[in-house]
Amino acid sequence: MIDQGLYQRRKLRNRFHMTMSLLTAVFGMTWLVLILGMLLVKGVGGLSLAVFTEMTPPPGSDGGLLNAIVGSLILTTLGVAIGTPIAILAGTYMAEYGRYSKLTNVVRFINDILLSAPSIVIGLFVYGIMVRPMGNFSGIAGAVALAILVVPVVVRTTEDMLLLVPNQLREAAAALGAPRWTVIRYVSYRAAKTGIITGILLAIARISGETAPLLFTALNNQFWSTNVLAPMPSLPVVIFQFALSPYEDWQRLAWTGALLITVAVLTLSVLARVLVSKEAK
Amino acid sequence: MANFAVHAAADSLSNAKPKMNIKNLSFYYGDSKALKDISLPLYEQRVTALIGPSGCGKSTLLRILNRIYELYPGQRAEGEVTLDGENILDPKLDANLLRSKVGMVFQKPTPFPMTIYDNIAFGVRLYMKPSRAEMDEIVESALTRTALWGEVKDRLHTSALGLSGGQQQRLCIARTVAIKPEVVLFDEPTSALDPISTAKIEELIDELKRDFTIVIVTHNMQQAARVADQTAFMYLGDLIEAGPTTGMFSNPKDNRTLDYITGRFG
Repeated sequence: MIDQGLYQRRKLRNRFHMTMSLLTAVFGMTWLVLILGMLLVKGVGGLSLAVFTEMTPPPGSDGGLLNAIVGSLILTTLGVAIGTPIAILAGTYMAEYGRYSKLTNVVRFINDILLSAPSIVIGLFVYGIMVRPMGNFSGIAGAVALAILVVPVVVRTTEDMLLLVPNQLREAAAALGAPRWTVIRYVSYRAAKTGIITGILLAIARISGETAPLLFTALNNQFWSTNVLAPMPSLPVVIFQFALSPYEDWQRLAWTGALLITVAVLTLSVLARVLVSKEAK
Repeated sequence: MANFAVHAAADSLSNAKPKMNIKNLSFYYGDSKALKDISLPLYEQRVTALIGPSGCGKSTLLRILNRIYELYPGQRAEGEVTLDGENILDPKLDANLLRSKVGMVFQKPTPFPMTIYDNIAFGVRLYMKPSRAEMDEIVESALTRTALWGEVKDRLHTSALGLSGGQQQRLCIARTVAIKPEVVLFDEPTSALDPISTAKIEELIDELKRDFTIVIVTHNMQQAARVADQTAFMYLGDLIEAGPTTGMFSNPKDNRTLDYITGRFG
C-alpha cells in the first residue's frame, strides 16, 4: 500500500536537511572555537602578576594593564549605575502603569531603535553633548555613553519579564488593598527578579567590550587615573591602541587584555544562563 | 421533608440583614454591555452563590463588588452598589480602602513569591504596624482559622510556592481573612482543586460565614446547593432569578433556570 518511492524520497530529504543544519551549526561554532583558542594561545603567554599590578608601559619597557582594568571597572560600574535605574523604571512604566497607553508603544518603538543603534553613533552623540561643552575627554562622558547602551537592553528585559508575571498575582495583591507601587515592589518585582537581573548581567556583558563609544568620550590614559573628569583608560581602548601598534610587547599585552575581557564576558553570560535555568526549575 | 428544608432556608434569609445591596447595576466592556440592570441583596452572615453558564456575567458581577475591574481600562459600571448604605461605585471612595473591607479569593491559587509567613504579613502590614509577637499571633490565628496551621507551622519561613494547590488556596483565604474584611468574594475557588481540597474549602466557607458576608461564583451546582443560603442564576448578563437556595433548586420560577439546573444547557 505504501508508495516506496515517495517514502524513500522523504527519508532522503529528511537526511539532507538534517545534515545541512548540522553542518551550518558546526560551521558557526568553528569560528567561536577558533577565536577562543587563538585568544588562549596568544593571551595566556602574557598573563603574569605584572598584568594586574603595573600600568600600561611605553613601548619597549615592562608593564601591565592595571590602569586599564581599573578604568574599565569604573566605567562599567558607573555606566550600569546610571543606566539601570532609568531603564528599570522605564520598563516598569511600560509593563505596569502604562501597559495600555499609546506612549508605551512609542517608547517601545524608540527603544528598539536604540537597541540596534551603532555604538559609535552613541559615542559621537555623547562627544557632542558632553566632551565638547566640557572641553576635554572624561571618564564620566564614557560612563554616560555606556549607560545609553545599557538602557535599551534593560528596558527590554524588564518590560518582558514583568509582562510574564501573571495578572492574577497583581489582582490578588490589589484585592488586599495594596496600592499600585506596593504591588509592583513586593509582588511584580519579586516574581520577575531573576529575569531582570539577567538583563542587567547581559547589559554589563555588552558594554564591557565596547570600544567605539569610549574612543570619543573617555579616550585613554597611559597613567593611573580614577578621576572621572579626566580621560580614563579602559581595556577595549588599550587593546585597540596596542593591537594596532608595531611594538611586539604592546601586541602581547593586547592579546592578554582581550583574553581577560572575553573571560569576564563569558562568565557573566554563563551566570545569566544559570540564573535563568534555575528560575525555570 | 423537602418542603421543610425550603421553609427553613427561606427563613434563614428572611432573618438576614442585607450587607451589600446591588441596585440597577449595568456594566460595560468598552461598548458591549456585560451586565443588564442587576439588582440583588447580599446578606450578612450568609453565603450567596452566583451560578450560570460561562460568559453570563457572574464573575464580572463579583469583580465589581471590590472594584478590581478598575485595574483595566475601558470597563465601566453604572448603577449603585452599597456597602452598609454607602455607594462603593462613588469614585471619591478609595478603592484600596474598599478592598480592605471586601476581600477576594481567586480561581487559581495566587500565593505571592515569598514565604508563607510573609504572604499573610504582607496584607496585614498595609493596615497595621504590629510588633513581631503580635504579627506572629495574627499569622497563627489566620492559619488556624483556615485549618492550615498544623500543616505549615514548621515551615512558615519557606516559600509559599512549595505548598500543594489546595494548601495554597487555603493560604490565600487565610491571607484574605487576616486583614479582617467584612465581605469575602470567592471566584470559582475550587475549580482548580481536587475533590478532597474542594471539600475542605467548602467546609471553610461554611465556617467563615459566621463572621463574613460571602459571595461565591461557581460552575458547580452541587457546590452552590451545598454552601449557599441564597442562589442567583444569571444568563447572558441578566439576573434571571435569585432566592433561597433550596427553593431555587427544588422549584425554580423561570424555565431557563430549570433548564440550566437540570443540565439542559451550560
